[in-house]
Amino acid sequence: MESVNVEVTPLPGIGVRKDFALDNGRRVGVVTHRDGKIELIVSKSDDPDACLASLPLTSDEAGALANLLGAPQLVAQLTEEHREVPGINTKQMTIKSGTPYDGRTLGDTAMRTRTGVSVVAVMRAGQVHPSPAPEFTFTAGDVLVVVGTAEGLEAAVKILHHG
Amino acid sequence: MEHTALSLIQLGAVFFTLGVLGRLAGKIGLSPIPLYLLGGLAFGEGGLIPLGDIDAFTDLASEIGVVLLLLLLGLEYSAAELFTGLRRSWMAGLLDAVLNAAPGVAVALLLGWGPIGAFVLGGITYISSSGIVAKVLGDLGRLGNRETPVVLSILVFEDLIMALYLPILTAVLGGISFLGGLEAVGISLAVITVVLVVALKYGRYVSAIVDSEDREVFLLKIFGAALLVAGLASAMQVSAAVGAFLLGIAVSGSTAINATRLLEPLRDLFAAVFFVVFGLNTDPRSIPPVLGWAVVLAVATTATKIVTGWWAARRAGIGRLGRARAGAALVARGEFSIVIAGLAVAAGAVEGELAALATAYVLLMAITGPIAARVVEPLVRLAQRGMTGLARGAEGVS
Repeated sequence: MESVNVEVTPLPGIGVRKDFALDNGRRVGVVTHRDGKIELIVSKSDDPDACLASLPLTSDEAGALANLLGAPQLVAQLTEEHREVPGINTKQMTIKSGTPYDGRTLGDTAMRTRTGVSVVAVMRAGQVHPSPAPEFTFTAGDVLVVVGTAEGLEAAVKILHHG
Repeated sequence: MEHTALSLIQLGAVFFTLGVLGRLAGKIGLSPIPLYLLGGLAFGEGGLIPLGDIDAFTDLASEIGVVLLLLLLGLEYSAAELFTGLRRSWMAGLLDAVLNAAPGVAVALLLGWGPIGAFVLGGITYISSSGIVAKVLGDLGRLGNRETPVVLSILVFEDLIMALYLPILTAVLGGISFLGGLEAVGISLAVITVVLVVALKYGRYVSAIVDSEDREVFLLKIFGAALLVAGLASAMQVSAAVGAFLLGIAVSGSTAINATRLLEPLRDLFAAVFFVVFGLNTDPRSIPPVLGWAVVLAVATTATKIVTGWWAARRAGIGRLGRARAGAALVARGEFSIVIAGLAVAAGAVEGELAALATAYVLLMAITGPIAARVVEPLVRLAQRGMTGLARGAEGVS
């Protein structure tokens, strides 16, 4: 994986700016305020010093965005690793609010016993929780990275949605 | 009517009017400071509605307003930020000081206000309003821009200069000789260095003294500490405001963030009183004669701030548009110009005209600043398009 050079710039009295340059020269990053507020920043194409957008995000929104960006990459990486093993797939699944396992543990799902798949990681608020234990409690917005056979994965999606 | 009843009614009317004015300012995207000043002018002597029964409260409240303004300014920065700011921007900071104090000094000397008047007016035209600038940068979504750290570190430098300037001003206004002035500089330099070092190494102990889980206890402790330090500093001739500023710097981390959240409403209340009292003490009839000079100063110091920002941003490798934005962002003057003028007027060491000039100047600059920050980008783009258009035209002819 190519490493990205994140630039950290203090903004006295306001907070910190963390950003990096994309291949096409534009900058993407966040401004973190001292009180914890986060703004997503994207530079303009014709004026790299200025920002096209400066979007305030709540911590939940920032976490959700981080999951969206991070999970597919983790899935792609695992798929790549399992390529040699035929019949094994990797899939991401989201715990939606109000579904049966929102607020319950991984052990409650009995996922391994019922479908043979394993939950290899949970993405929450941009953080990866690898190999979650049976007592890991899910909450709405969690993105599960699940490995198993195609049929097993299909069954797992149904379990998460309908119990 | 009973005296207390009358005072309450007058005070209530003043605050209510300020609230209405503040809302008006918010609607049109302006800083409320110029409207507070206008409010003060309207209420005061020679104004539309003279008030006379609230002096006892407003005099002390406006002092507290200055202390809180500086305390919250100090709370915004940590000692580490001040040091990095100082290291990174001292050249731009010095250029800023020289270019922007010069017009004020020149006008004061031309008007025959002597060296003290020059020292005061130079300070007034030098210091940008970090409150207005930070708000405008946030409102315009420029916090993520690359020129913004340049602007902020110039503001940091200005605030540090203030910590030096205010004690000297206090000494000079107190009629102390040149040697006494030097002594004041020496003392304040020593105090500032000690406080910065203490804040850097033992900031958490200072924070621990004032910190508390309980909101009420915390508010009383931090407010009490601020007034104590300000009073002691004032007794030592280091200026109350600077004492509060240094206390703000020494308090750090989560304590500083919580203190800011608690004290902000108090600051807004007392600072509003401070601006009104300044307006009250200025006779509106004394403004028209100095209005011409205020406009001259406004034009000159708008240009010098833009030059400062342009130069500093260019050194940081920022493009033309960004340089123009950095310059225009710095134009606003506000609370601290009035703090300086207020100190000078209170000491009675300067002409009454100076207060009138300062009022008119800050009225102009607090309004011009945010507008300049907004219009600079379209203007520069237009100019660039005009230039390229001309260049193409010229090529076509040849």
